[in-house]
Amino acid sequence: MNKSSVSLFIDKFTSSRLFYPLLALALILVLDGIFIPDFFSIQVRNGDLYGRVIDIMRNASTVMVLALGMTLVIATGGIDLSVGAVMAIAASVAAIMMNPVIIGLELPPDLMKFMNDPNFTYSPLWEVILVTLLVAIICGAWNGALVAHMKIQPMVGTLILMIAGRGIAQLITNGVRIQIFYQPYAYIGQGWAVLPFSLYLAFILFGLIWLLVRKTSIGMFIESVGINPKASFYSGINEKNIKMLVYIICGLCAGIAGLIASSNIKTSDANNIGWAIELDAILAVVIGGTSMAGGRFSLLASMIGAMVIQAITTSMYAIGVPAFALQAIKGFVVVLVIFLYAEPVRAFFQKLTLRKAVKA
Amino acid sequence: MKEKKAESLLIEMRGITKVFPGVKALDNVDFNLRYGEIHALLGGNGAGKSTLIKVLTGVEKPDSGKIFLMGHEVTIRSPRHAQELGISTVYQEVNLCPNLSVAENILIGRQPMIRGCIDWKEMNSQAAGILKRILGIDIDVTQLLGSYSVAIQQMVAIARALEIESAKVLILDEPTSSLTTNETEQLFSVMRKLKSENVGIIFITHFLDQVYEVSDRITVIRNGKLISCDDTASLSKMDLIIKMIGRTIADLDEMVKIKNKTTRNVGKENVLKATDFGRMDWVEPMDLNLHDREVLGLAGLVGSGRTETALLLFGVDSPDSGSLEVGNRKIRKYSPNNSIHQGIALSPEDRKAAGIIDDLTVRENIILALQAGRGWFKHLNSKNQTQIADKFIKLLDISTPTAEQLVRNLSGGNQQKVILARWLAINPRVLILDEPTRGIDVGTKAEIQKLVLTLAEEGKSVIFISSELEEVMRCSHRISVLSDKKKIAEFSGQVDEHVLLETMAGSG
Ligand SMILES: Nc1ncnc2c1ncn2[C@@H]1O[C@H](COP(=O)(O)OP(=O)(O)OP(=O)(O)O)[C@@H](O)[C@H]1O
Ligand SMILES: [Mg+2]
Repeated sequence: MNKSSVSLFIDKFTSSRLFYPLLALALILVLDGIFIPDFFSIQVRNGDLYGRVIDIMRNASTVMVLALGMTLVIATGGIDLSVGAVMAIAASVAAIMMNPVIIGLELPPDLMKFMNDPNFTYSPLWEVILVTLLVAIICGAWNGALVAHMKIQPMVGTLILMIAGRGIAQLITNGVRIQIFYQPYAYIGQGWAVLPFSLYLAFILFGLIWLLVRKTSIGMFIESVGINPKASFYSGINEKNIKMLVYIICGLCAGIAGLIASSNIKTSDANNIGWAIELDAILAVVIGGTSMAGGRFSLLASMIGAMVIQAITTSMYAIGVPAFALQAIKGFVVVLVIFLYAEPVRAFFQKLTLRKAVKA
Repeated sequence: MKEKKAESLLIEMRGITKVFPGVKALDNVDFNLRYGEIHALLGGNGAGKSTLIKVLTGVEKPDSGKIFLMGHEVTIRSPRHAQELGISTVYQEVNLCPNLSVAENILIGRQPMIRGCIDWKEMNSQAAGILKRILGIDIDVTQLLGSYSVAIQQMVAIARALEIESAKVLILDEPTSSLTTNETEQLFSVMRKLKSENVGIIFITHFLDQVYEVSDRITVIRNGKLISCDDTASLSKMDLIIKMIGRTIADLDEMVKIKNKTTRNVGKENVLKATDFGRMDWVEPMDLNLHDREVLGLAGLVGSGRTETALLLFGVDSPDSGSLEVGNRKIRKYSPNNSIHQGIALSPEDRKAAGIIDDLTVRENIILALQAGRGWFKHLNSKNQTQIADKFIKLLDISTPTAEQLVRNLSGGNQQKVILARWLAINPRVLILDEPTRGIDVGTKAEIQKLVLTLAEEGKSVIFISSELEEVMRCSHRISVLSDKKKIAEFSGQVDEHVLLETMAGSG
């Protein structure tokens, strides 16, 4: 490669959306590598890979899934605060379908004895997943209707379900934490096939959503609506349908995240599942470089953003930072990100890298 | 500096160069401004006029070059800094806050205070006074700026800039693009008064008549290079045009010929027929029809209801009286999307708010309406998209390094062309053009007028709205006149300009 093509490549890479999230991730991993012993060591057991890095990725999968839907919502200029609550609803629905005994459903006595059996489920798994996701989609549609049709501000509109959602989740299980014994269900969050199954799930979902928005015109319409809703309307874009779609996708993602989370802890814990996770999801999107004001978005960058968040969380725990301090640190990260993404700072860095490249 | 010449100048810019990725917007440009002169800065779309202004006001940092203010070299750090140095600016793109009231927009940062709080009453009356005094307009200054037309917004921006008392330099980047003759005259008299107070004024416009009316000197730039700087009195209009665009413009005789030829083509059949069609607060019920292969001009003053008529025909909102038939089929659902399906296109007046999607590329902006008409899944592949975009970039001579450039990086006039391209791309039967030549340079303006007639010849029908009466008369086979939200007259064939003007003013 000659000089100019090197600098061109560097220029292209530094101005790419993935540059900053990747840089942040690399930075955190390097720090981890220095401060945490054996951070990068990976063990092989039965052909599966285990280790701290793998753990980070596995734990990140919930936020990754959420960040996908959140990216689209934020790109239209909206926000969805209810994803954590929708996760709780999804967990409750799934749990009650597999183990309905708790709410006193009259079960045939011969079934009762199977209730603690890891091979038992009341409804078949496919039914559980289908119904759960359907409920999640309905939650998303509710948000979408409030925002798109009733023209309620997204922050306020989704706040309703954020607050009411956990109550609904409690109602579904009659206020009880339902244990999930059924073993195949546990595979969603805890399964392993070389890498954690939930990680595959996140990437498959990423692929599907990417295809949906980038191989059709939906992605461009989402960005267009986020940048200039009036001009988009004048250009014939149906803003309401676009908004409905993104909130529905976001609800669906929250449903999947709820499946993963409840399968991880093997219960429906309406109070704790997805608690405060909407902030992580939003933060992941912001780290991924999508503006909160809407507009251009990158799903992949948000996925990396989710890994950054999880890497921060995990490393803080590993160093022994208490949970409450963690929130403060995340707050600091937000400030840092906003600073780094500000136009003048970006321009400065680009000049810096460009100059180096020219010298080289 | 050693040269004493610089000291007699208010502003001197030397060797200014500014490069954007893919574009050399300014290439070693010199420019100067004397005390008490009105200096016209001219050039075609994308020539670099606005960029030169942005360099002077600290919006953009030049890659090289020096700026002297009253003989001293200065580095202008920011627009605010420029203001502190006495440089007051009206930018091409109105950069006010549509969500604040008119009064707030005019006096923001200088609000009258009373006991530590904003004195609203005083502020409103001051703002109203300023508007009245400076531009002779009388509006409710407590309303949100966004609720007013582009013309009013432009006047508010001007009032804001003119009100800065310590200004030594006033910069006006296309301030008159949506003003009427009267308002323009008002502005000119203020400019002359400031000039007599030794303020230097830089004036950018595409209206050459205005240049000859007020300016003392003319600087022309083309493709980022300085072409010339002459006394206005010594430069003929013909020479000026050649300097600006490097050729003469499409000649008027040819236009007349095309128009006569297309007049014979105008069909009897109604392509569009509005009956008793209106909406409260927009326009009063009117009958309007558009024939096959016809260009129908809508004439009227600012606020006469031309834009509202266009918006209503395009289905931006539903009418509350009457009906609209397109090709003998009654429209049942009013929405831009449905209009696209019916083959109606509208290039809207408000380029910034209703036109461009500034963070999308030129390509995406051009194919947007076409794709919206096709829906989510009938996706044009990227090869197709690029082909369409390139075709219109060529047809309309849009100056951009590539179709992948963000539209926000285009010059004002080129953004306007992109909007036009978006609507031509859907290949409509009825094309409604609301101020399609606003901010477009003289050369391209003539090309667009010609294009309108050519489109009619090719079988399309056009509704043409423009504040420039000359342009309406040149392009239209028939002219409807609106006044005070009503359709009041219709002229076909040759029309006398005076008759038309009188009718528009409501005294005909
Ligand atoms: N921020 C930017 N990034 C990249 N290119 C830019 C940017 N701003 C301006 N340009 C380019 O610089 C050139 C000069 O633009 P400028 O806005 O100065 O033109 P202008 O003379 O004001 O034209 P108009 O009459 O259309 O307003 C254009 O080719 C434009 O595309
Ligand atoms: Mg300009």
